[in-house]
Amino acid sequence: MSESMGVKTLIIDGQELSARAGQTILEVARENEINIPTLCHLEGLSNVGACRLCLVEIKGSNKLLPACVANIHEGMEVVTNSERLKKHRLVILELLFAERNHICAVCVSNGHCELQALAQELGLTHISLPYRNPALTVDASHERFTADHNRCILCMRCVRACAEIEGAHIWDVMGRGIDSIVITDLHDDWGSSACTRCGKCVQCCPTGALFDKSKIGSDHPKYPDFLPYLNLMREAR
Amino acid sequence: MSKLKVATVWLDGCSGCHMSFLDMDERLLKLAELIDIVYSPIVDAKVFPDEVDIALVEGAIASVDDEAKIKKVRAHSKMLIAMGDCAVAGNVPSMRNPIGPEKILDRAYIENASAQQQIPCVVVPKLLKIVRPIHEFVNVDVFLPGCPPSADTFYTALTALVTGAPLDISALTRFGA
Repeated sequence: MSESMGVKTLIIDGQELSARAGQTILEVARENEINIPTLCHLEGLSNVGACRLCLVEIKGSNKLLPACVANIHEGMEVVTNSERLKKHRLVILELLFAERNHICAVCVSNGHCELQALAQELGLTHISLPYRNPALTVDASHERFTADHNRCILCMRCVRACAEIEGAHIWDVMGRGIDSIVITDLHDDWGSSACTRCGKCVQCCPTGALFDKSKIGSDHPKYPDFLPYLNLMREAR
Repeated sequence: MSKLKVATVWLDGCSGCHMSFLDMDERLLKLAELIDIVYSPIVDAKVFPDEVDIALVEGAIASVDDEAKIKKVRAHSKMLIAMGDCAVAGNVPSMRNPIGPEKILDRAYIENASAQQQIPCVVVPKLLKIVRPIHEFVNVDVFLPGCPPSADTFYTALTALVTGAPLDISALTRFGA
């Protein structure tokens, strides 16, 4: 048996667990029903560690590690829910809400939004930071879908779903830092891009940033569960 | 025990929070055993009282008038509750922020007016450049998000605040609820 096939033992939140070498902390935690909040991670896509909500503490290290991209090792001791981590997660959520124009009451994803749900789960009842109120565009040029940049949190799930699963890679990120936005093709209108109209990006989007035009009011649950299934079927071929 | 004095205030909001408050229906009678509504858009008092135990404020701060009112409310209230998403987060009124008040007023009173094109400047208060939640102006004790918070949320939260029972806001409501 090669080293990479080995079984490792580690401790997460005081629980002694065994896991396969090469697994991430997040994978092991979720297999053992330990909840680590995430927004950019999505089962079936690669991990990018963009949202930083899954940061965890590792005993013996001052650095916080993103659980979605940090691999486990033998004897590792992980804490997923300390007061310090809770504080960091709240600040990250506050920054996300303050950065763009998230008006839950008029959003097509109201009641189905991962950002909104996480705010409630972590007990965030107001944003203590001043809102930036940026002027952002809405791209409604596509015949089936709309991209509302006011609601985008730059998780890049759409970019990964389009490149990794659909194989079209029409989504990408333009600009740097706080000025980054997701774009289609070379910043062309979505409607005139090389989009295959598959809609995977819409189903993966955690907020109301990408939505189906046929949905009205706030009746727009998303169903990204097909991703791991698609991967499984492709591997089996 | 004497009843607590409660005020409700309506700033830049749609009055939906007050409607939801009234939706407590017969439970308002139970609440009335614990509190007196001493000032509100739905009662007669015209002047904000000197001493209020709990003030519930609906709406964001959008004008110089709102700003003056929230400061007065804070000065005369022991506990201030931000009631609903506009007071808590700016919500729909704040959607004008990336555009600015001049363009908004121009669209409403010049561009889309078929007669008497003029921007109102007397009696109505001057708009602030940016609509902001109330906690950016005064200290807020309790945040009650929701658009609007449900009648159940109001009843549970108010009962808890008046009786001193534990209160978990996030278990009751959320942004956009």
